[in-house]
Amino acid sequence: MSQKILLDKINVPGIKTYEVYRREGGYASVEKALKSMTPDDVVEEVKKSGLRGRGGAGFPAGMKWSFIDKKSGKPRHLVCNADESEPGTFKDRYLMEFIPHLLIEGMITSSFALGANRSYIYIRGEYMWVFKILERAIAEAKAAGWLGKNILGTGYDLELHVHCGAGAYICGEETALIESLEGKRGNPRIKPPFPAVSGLWANPTVVNNVETIAAVPWIVNNSGDDYAKIGIGRSTGTKLISASGNVKNPGVYEIELGLSVDEFMNSDEYLGGMSSNRPLKALVPGGSSVPILPADLIFKTANGEDRLMTYESLSDGGFATGSMLGSGGFIVYDDTACIVRNTWNFSRFYHHESCGQCTPCREGTGWLEKVLWRIENGQGREEDIDLLWSIQSKIEGNTICPLGDAASWPVAAAIRHFREEFEYHVRFPERIKNRDHFVNEPFEKVRHLIAKQTV
Amino acid sequence: MERTHHKQEINMTETLMNRINELISHYPEDKKKSALLPVLHEVQDAHDNWLSIELMDKVAEILEILPIEVYEVATFYTMFNLKPIGKYMFEFCQTSCCCLRGTEDLMDYTCEKLGVGIGETTPDGLFEVRGVECLGACGYAPMMQLGDFYKEHLTREKIDQLIADCRDNKIILHDK
Repeated sequence: MSQKILLDKINVPGIKTYEVYRREGGYASVEKALKSMTPDDVVEEVKKSGLRGRGGAGFPAGMKWSFIDKKSGKPRHLVCNADESEPGTFKDRYLMEFIPHLLIEGMITSSFALGANRSYIYIRGEYMWVFKILERAIAEAKAAGWLGKNILGTGYDLELHVHCGAGAYICGEETALIESLEGKRGNPRIKPPFPAVSGLWANPTVVNNVETIAAVPWIVNNSGDDYAKIGIGRSTGTKLISASGNVKNPGVYEIELGLSVDEFMNSDEYLGGMSSNRPLKALVPGGSSVPILPADLIFKTANGEDRLMTYESLSDGGFATGSMLGSGGFIVYDDTACIVRNTWNFSRFYHHESCGQCTPCREGTGWLEKVLWRIENGQGREEDIDLLWSIQSKIEGNTICPLGDAASWPVAAAIRHFREEFEYHVRFPERIKNRDHFVNEPFEKVRHLIAKQTV
Repeated sequence: MERTHHKQEINMTETLMNRINELISHYPEDKKKSALLPVLHEVQDAHDNWLSIELMDKVAEILEILPIEVYEVATFYTMFNLKPIGKYMFEFCQTSCCCLRGTEDLMDYTCEKLGVGIGETTPDGLFEVRGVECLGACGYAPMMQLGDFYKEHLTREKIDQLIADCRDNKIILHDK
């Protein structure tokens, strides 16, 4: 069994409640930080830990904290990004639902490190019952003296509240999240200025993912160096992986970074292999935005090395033969899945979620969806495949926020690795009329038809 | 914004106003507008799950902002309904991971059983079926949102049971 940092107490009966959480050693990091450390000491430990942002981008958390503007003298804020909505990702919900005090403890310790006296947890509106769980947990923590004025008699004040969104993927982008927290539409802001200088109500603000903040108590209780001992190279610590799709045991798993993809996928401790005993066709390892990998690039990199669950190994080979760890949304496809249909589905998602500010994304995501839909429905043209490639390449890098990139990458990767499947759809429209077209006749069985036609 | 002809009886009860004031207290005194999203959720839940222009105007008045500031937000976020909807709205997650585990077939089944298409309300106003984007429950697919809660690992039998429970008034929609 590998080491658990976030989920080690998840099965303790009653861990959702303050009493049990406290009895199990909860809130120790607040005591330690407030009574025996300076804010800078906490930042230093987090830097040493090598902890990287768990929302998807993987930016070093300690470094992000060190950017916060302390010179201006303005109030500072910590905002927790609990707007989890990347398709394939459902780990933050698991933490908040089953061990809510871990996040609250992390928020207090982290807010202290940043010198923030007013912090928020921004949770997606669909997780309304989790919003209520957090509200109650905050009230419990406050009643026990962990929040409010002069916490533990140290002179440190903190107000913590939970704020709910209302159904907008874009609010997971940190500046859109801040806009939304200010009661506005979730339109991302142009950077710079970065939130660390001008964020919530134009005050210096740090936005961190739930899982990132939940790792801070362990780092403070033990040490940054101890955390850095787990994992491989710059991928330190543990990571929550949300597994879904055609696997035997879908769910949320805490792994030590560095576990092999093969072991995660096939061992009984984790996913237990495919649910259907059908062949593995493809994998999206880090949420819908990251490039999809074909079967031959999942367990081994293009160089023939074992593919590991680390930031570096999953991106080995760049976009040509690699992908990304992203948010840890691990989506597994067997041979009944249609890559064209799946790509259309993702494009529909991004079209729906585009905020509409930037033309390339607002229009481009709609074009991607339409062209993919006509290919999937037997009305595609040969030149549509190149058209898709052209559209995605014109969205990528040309938008204020990364939603444009996130919409482009899945399309580019699908064409890069599964071009023949697109060609099959275009050339044999009568064979793909039924939406389950690969269930009885997986692509491997009909691939030869494409080969015959290629001149 | 198109003016709706639907009438809505506005009832700002004392309980609702207390909750609104509590939410407002979570933000600095001069940043009342920040409470807009949580307040809209509360107000919508207390008014048959939709927001009329009149109700949004009321929210603007409470938060001391312009009505347009409420409209532009209510139209941006998908969870705010701007016209009356079915009492029990089955919001199926239809993003890829759920589709891999049979959402599309289950949506067809539900629509057929209720005699409606996607986005339509049953004539008795009880049910509505919608397809929505990723709800963050990919490992528990197929699933739907019903009120404040998720119904997961769905099967045809569970759908039958849910419909029966809704008809028997056994389903709690909001966690108050």
